[in-house]
Amino acid sequence: MPPFGNAQLKLLEKLCNVIAISGDEGEVRKIVLEEIKPYADEVKVDAIGNVLASRSGRGKKRVRVMLDAHMDEVGFMIVADDGEGIYRFETVGGIDARHLLGKQVYVGKERTPGVIGGRPVHLMDASERVHKVPVDGLRIDLGLTGKAKVGDRGGFATKFRRVGPSILSKSIDDRIGVVTVIELLKHAPANVDVCAAFTVQEEIGLRGAKVAAQYFNPDMAIAIDSTPANDLPVHAGGENMTYNTKLGLGPAIYIADGSTLHDSRLVRFLQTVAEAEDIPYQLRQPGGGGTDSGAIQKALAGIPTVSVSVPHRYTHSPVSISRVDDWKNTLALLHAALKKITPELIAKR
Amino acid sequence: MTDILPFLKSIISVSGISGHETPVANLIAEKWRPLVDEVTTSRVGSLHGLKRGSGKGSALSASKSKRPSIMIATHMDAIGMMVSKVEDGFLHITDVGGIDVRVLPGAQVTVHANSGEELPGVIAMPSAKLLPDSVNAGEVLDIDYLLVDTGLMPREVQKKVRVGDLVSFANQPLELAGDVISGHTLDNRASVAALTVCLEELQSKSHVWDVWAVATVQEETSYLGAYTSAFDLRPQIAIAVDGTFAKGPGANGWQTHSMGKGVGLCMGPNMHPFIHKKLTELADKLEIPWFMDVTASHSGTDAYPMQVSAEGIPTALVEFPLRYMHTPVEMVSMKDIQRTGRLLAEFIASLQADFVEKIIWE
Repeated sequence: MPPFGNAQLKLLEKLCNVIAISGDEGEVRKIVLEEIKPYADEVKVDAIGNVLASRSGRGKKRVRVMLDAHMDEVGFMIVADDGEGIYRFETVGGIDARHLLGKQVYVGKERTPGVIGGRPVHLMDASERVHKVPVDGLRIDLGLTGKAKVGDRGGFATKFRRVGPSILSKSIDDRIGVVTVIELLKHAPANVDVCAAFTVQEEIGLRGAKVAAQYFNPDMAIAIDSTPANDLPVHAGGENMTYNTKLGLGPAIYIADGSTLHDSRLVRFLQTVAEAEDIPYQLRQPGGGGTDSGAIQKALAGIPTVSVSVPHRYTHSPVSISRVDDWKNTLALLHAALKKITPELIAKR
Repeated sequence: MTDILPFLKSIISVSGISGHETPVANLIAEKWRPLVDEVTTSRVGSLHGLKRGSGKGSALSASKSKRPSIMIATHMDAIGMMVSKVEDGFLHITDVGGIDVRVLPGAQVTVHANSGEELPGVIAMPSAKLLPDSVNAGEVLDIDYLLVDTGLMPREVQKKVRVGDLVSFANQPLELAGDVISGHTLDNRASVAALTVCLEELQSKSHVWDVWAVATVQEETSYLGAYTSAFDLRPQIAIAVDGTFAKGPGANGWQTHSMGKGVGLCMGPNMHPFIHKKLTELADKLEIPWFMDVTASHSGTDAYPMQVSAEGIPTALVEFPLRYMHTPVEMVSMKDIQRTGRLLAEFIASLQADFVEKIIWE
């Protein structure tokens, strides 16, 4: 497998600590471009901000494989100035408002520090306290003379950290996919032409992936993302039957999600590779949710697509948790799979 | 005037949950030692800094000191959480002090583990499918349903963490525009900072009265420190310093006051009207901006217990506006903290030996 260690973790840390809200992915784009330039034959930033990089293999019968990871993360947009450093905001992407009150944020290109505040609990009656504060009841407070512009983006001010076997960070979804695609591009095997798509606006409707797929016109695609692990204990006891994925069980291969029935040949193929290489993996419980695969599969005349995710707990919150080993095994599985891809894999159904 | 911000940042960066104030008490003691004549610790852990006055003994004094004394109470304890159960590597928690459960999901915390380690963690909000049907899973979840995740493997957690281990907020202080600081535990370490400003100011002022600078324990749970220190020290006057509600998002009622616009002088049954009046007159004279705050019954501060300690103590309450009370992102204006410290110092310096005799409830 490609090298996996401190350098990869450092790159993930760098990517997680910058802020790239859907539609404003510049900070991640900059890092991606720096990282991939020496390894790609061709790199372009397209009309909506995707970074699209290709690297050709050698020999005949090469398969064009699109590797996709989204650069954007959920966050906020400043929508109105209430004066004295207090701003109204809207959420960008699916954020549970209950994760917002009392959190630290950075706003704008200058990363102006601020906090999300609302009505103090002491000034509420008992009936008000049990209700969540909707986003329009919250404000971003930048301090008495703090300044932001309407339209500025904001993100959680969480700092990446390594703890034991885990990573605690914001936006593991999907910076962990971004680093994975960077590493696969750097160490691409010769039997495939890699079409690396670092996409924008996944969190608000898979918009970057759609045009990326239309540009590349690949033979097949793998969306690499991070999926929720709801593997907490059931409050009243009993077995958790709806965990989606579990931390520590390896890469999560998708079979079906809210928008995609993943290509069954590719699902089987990934399982076969994992078993042959002795790489742990898990099947994500079929159900809702989705990745860029939903847009890629439907692009052009249809593209055989599968999705692989590194599980994380506490999705779209200020701090998610993933296991380093799950990521390592994801990279190992995908690299081993790339090496084994042949035209026959997708020749017939 | 020295900059008190670095000290304030240092004391809101250590733990000191009610009943477990030692980490912060050590930092405060270190800061106060050069500013006072002696620092001692009460039987229940409150810090007593004594700065002796220049006056002679007063016949009316009932305190251990021969001179009249004033006690300034700033509570150093913090609200927090405690581990109530360890399950599959996750920690169930309960609250210590009046925590606002709405801020917990996604909050970063430190678990002060029985093993002696400080484990970073995050407060997890389980999805609806993991909660009983009786819980309205889309609304604010009670603390009983939340879990702390340390990112460690279950066997490690089992080894390191015990029921009763403390859990504190872990977010670092943020300096914001306009001389504003935000962080957890500004209620009430910002008062400790104001009292420290007062002690610094007193270095170059003469004062007749003895000064007891007190950092009290367990205000958030039972006022234990204020009750016991006021009894022990028997001051002739006691002043509590605490935050009051600042105007801000969702807070614009009569109880709220503009942050950065001055010192709050509170009146109401917990406060002695004469002391209150003297403070307002002094603030006017010195042109220290101040606002009138009122509390119709219980002030919810150390003023409440001190007033009825021993044979009763004339008590006042000095405040500064604080936003987002009992959240990890409380906010105060450093200007207000400096002003509070200065007013306290000026008041102490103004006290003459015969002041005690003038204190009449009217």
